[in-house]
Amino acid sequence: MSRRLSFYVHIPYCIKRCGYCDFNTYTPAELKGPDLLSVSSNYIAAAISEIGLASEAVGMVEVPSIFFGGGTPSLMPAHELAAVISEIRSKFSLLPDAEITIEVNPDSVTPEFLDEMRTAGANRISMGMQSAVPHVLQVLDRTHNPENVAQAVANARSAGFEHVSVDLIYGVPKETFADWQSSVQSALSLPIDHISAYALIVEKGTKLAAQISRGELELPPEDETAEKYRYADDQFVAAGFDWYELSNWSKPGGNCKHNIAYWDGSHWWGVGPGAHSYWNNRRWWNVKHPNTYMQKVSEGVLPVSSEENLTTENVADEYIMLQIRRKEGIPLDRLSKKQIDNCTEYLATGHLDEQCWQDGKLVLTQTGRLIADRIVRFLVM
Amino acid sequence: MPAIPLSKAPQPAATNPEQIRNFCIIAHIDHGKSTLADRMLGITEVVEARNMRAQYLDRMDIERERGITIKSQAVRLPWKSGIDGQEYILNMIDTPGHVDFTYEVSRSLAACEGAILLVDCAQGIEAQTLANLYLAMENDLTIIPVLNKIDLPAAQPEKFALELSKLVGCQPEDCLRVSGKTGVGVEELLDQIVAQIPPPKGKPEGPARALIFDSVYDTYRGVVTYVRVVDGQLSPREQIQMFSTGVKHELLDIGVISPEPVSSKGLGVGEVGYLITGVKDVRLSRVGDTVTTFHKPATEALSGYKDPKPMVFSGLYPIDGDEYPMLRDALDKLQLNDAALVYEPETSAALGFGFRCGFLGLLHMEIVRERLEREFNLTLISTAPNVVYRVTTETGQEIVVTNPSEYPSGKVDKVLEPIVRATILSPSDFIGTIMELCQQRRGTLKGMDYLSEDRVEIRYTLPLAEIVFDFFDQLKSRTKGYASLDYEPIGEAEGDLVKVDILLQGDTVDAFSSIVHREKAYAYGVMMTTKLRELIPRQQFEVPIQAAIGAKIIARENIRAIRKDVLAKCYGGDITRKRKLLEKQKEGKKRMKMVGRVEVPQEAFIAALSTNADAESGKVKK
Repeated sequence: MSRRLSFYVHIPYCIKRCGYCDFNTYTPAELKGPDLLSVSSNYIAAAISEIGLASEAVGMVEVPSIFFGGGTPSLMPAHELAAVISEIRSKFSLLPDAEITIEVNPDSVTPEFLDEMRTAGANRISMGMQSAVPHVLQVLDRTHNPENVAQAVANARSAGFEHVSVDLIYGVPKETFADWQSSVQSALSLPIDHISAYALIVEKGTKLAAQISRGELELPPEDETAEKYRYADDQFVAAGFDWYELSNWSKPGGNCKHNIAYWDGSHWWGVGPGAHSYWNNRRWWNVKHPNTYMQKVSEGVLPVSSEENLTTENVADEYIMLQIRRKEGIPLDRLSKKQIDNCTEYLATGHLDEQCWQDGKLVLTQTGRLIADRIVRFLVM
Repeated sequence: MPAIPLSKAPQPAATNPEQIRNFCIIAHIDHGKSTLADRMLGITEVVEARNMRAQYLDRMDIERERGITIKSQAVRLPWKSGIDGQEYILNMIDTPGHVDFTYEVSRSLAACEGAILLVDCAQGIEAQTLANLYLAMENDLTIIPVLNKIDLPAAQPEKFALELSKLVGCQPEDCLRVSGKTGVGVEELLDQIVAQIPPPKGKPEGPARALIFDSVYDTYRGVVTYVRVVDGQLSPREQIQMFSTGVKHELLDIGVISPEPVSSKGLGVGEVGYLITGVKDVRLSRVGDTVTTFHKPATEALSGYKDPKPMVFSGLYPIDGDEYPMLRDALDKLQLNDAALVYEPETSAALGFGFRCGFLGLLHMEIVRERLEREFNLTLISTAPNVVYRVTTETGQEIVVTNPSEYPSGKVDKVLEPIVRATILSPSDFIGTIMELCQQRRGTLKGMDYLSEDRVEIRYTLPLAEIVFDFFDQLKSRTKGYASLDYEPIGEAEGDLVKVDILLQGDTVDAFSSIVHREKAYAYGVMMTTKLRELIPRQQFEVPIQAAIGAKIIARENIRAIRKDVLAKCYGGDITRKRKLLEKQKEGKKRMKMVGRVEVPQEAFIAALSTNADAESGKVKK
């Protein structure tokens, strides 16, 4: 079996920071440097250098997927991203059926960008839709006009992208149940084959967290957010999108191979500031600031900030923590007698799928997915 | 100058009883007893000014911090009377100032011929002081009424002189006026002690009899026993014997406190001092017991000895189960210095391994708990305090219940509960609200007297259990802090009592069971179920919380099943962080207790039990 390594390429730039976002990304104002265009060409050069360092570190491996995330990858000139793909292709064995995804902002993505990326080999678009409701987008600080989403998806399709995904966020302050229904229906009206839907996580240090702690905004009740999940799941399934991870649904053949690599214990290399990598039971993450990152890479050293070596117990915990989120579930023979005893009670409460259990697998039901973290705590004790 | 240098003062074992005056100070917390004692140490020059520190005689940190005296002490003060110019020895016996230690107070009083009744003349007399005053009068002590803090702007010496004179039966102008702080009137007070208090009387040639009025464990010296010699003489290297136990000891050291221990050639009639025998456990040298000599034993003990009897019980559990052995060792050590503390191992399904401890009262309980936490660095959880019940079942079997879990589940014929006589002193404005409170707490009014125009003494009998449960807090809040309370056990009475159990998902949580009056069962049930609904996190199933008397449910709340417990995103950069959180939660889960299928965080137990406990500590901190 030949070794495989997926690539995540981080683009740490945005025009504007969204209120809920704690990702490692920087706006032109924050960088206080020259314009984004010159920043980006320097940055891409550094990313390409890191790919060279990766090839020295791991040798020749097969690359089953590349994912450009951010930040806002669609802010980059397409030829810069194309250069990254070329570099990976030249240093590794990029598989012919490799999945190459670009995250795009529906506001700024242009038909030209999409055409160029398709030509460069990209074959999947992930679009930050978040909501179809203007007042919800406003709470999230998103700039886009909901109508832009349909246009951007159409452009992606006509550029030849077979796989198009949209991201949705629910459980946002001021979002009513009806708001969420309209976002779900709006997503389902698009010619897409994948949907990610995330309950809002209020991250420490974000503008949103401050607004909530000051009482300016209030999170909707958890029970209502749970109801929103159930609604979305029912609607997606009815429309032919099956769940394959608890926040991800796809039409047949539309699931995201790159993200599955995170969940099934495969290896991945994160290129760019703050990006995490996983290779041979070792996980590390790069320095966070783009300038420090570029400095290190220019010196020819891996820009690692910190790392951890996973123990057998860490690996076992992560296996349960990640695998339980997937529709494949956990084969019962991977669980100890005690773990099986610990979770039989969740069968009785309907949180585990009875039929799958009979077939020798622990698979969460819809209500079970909603308390997956709790069930994990039971299992790893 | 009336002070006498120690070396020239009459020496122990060679002092004529006519030259001795034994006295104590009866005062309420904060009325300035320690400051006055400090001033006396200074004026008699037994403590040099440069060695003086505030509250010189209060040894324990807790005593100094709370401004109360738990353990008494005795100090020998030489004094040359300003009236007759003669030399005297004054033994000042410090008394504990709280209701829980009435018995210790009574033994201290029994060691004296006189008492200074010390009252803050900005506040007037308090209930506990009054109780101790009555105790002193029963012991035929000469009472010297003294108004302290006359330097305060808020002082009302005329008003309180009138109050004191009525209580003591003297003229208002007989009340001395002093300031422990400035020293005004303290020399005169020392002279009056000599003039008014009679010298001790005893048989110098008779068999030795000495009253133990305190017994303290010292890490280096073992038990230090404080005695007042009544008859005969005690000498070093002599064999002594304890009356109650018959145990024989050799006197390794004998001496007086002045105010540091000084070995002496012995102690004669009327003298007060300490004995050291090498014994390591205060229970072998009990307060109230009589010391005699082995070679010439007395035939009759001094009267008044009683075994200390615990009145209030509570379960003490280490929050970290691994600390159980440390808790056991700590209790063993504390008991060396506290003959009244009793305990036995106890297991609670909810709280794990711990001890059921018996205390003299609430202050005693609070002090023990605080010492365990402070001196032994333990973190404890304590169950709500309860009293001792004697339950007779239908079959005629009698069961002594010190823990609600011992309450019989079958039919009960009758239940006896301890009753106390409570004395409340308060401004008369609050009579109505105090009576209302006592009525609610099943009290029976026994009498009421005006101490002065606007101050009243109200007497009630009440079940002790009602006082144990936040009575003092209620009293203080209803009277804006003005009322004071004293109580003493007077026996038992039958009560219409039931045990209320709290059930989670059908399983009884032993730590929350309580024995309450039938009419209050519903209120207790509602309070606990409501509180627990707030404290217990939602589970993956609905959890009914019920309060029940036997099989009858009297209150119910529901914790709805949890709907959402998952973070939606988990990608490459999230995995390490998420696993680390999980590892932390694993640790946290170890602090969860399972009650049947329900996971209850330890914090919920603490919070559910602590409202009462906080009320208790509020009570003793005043």
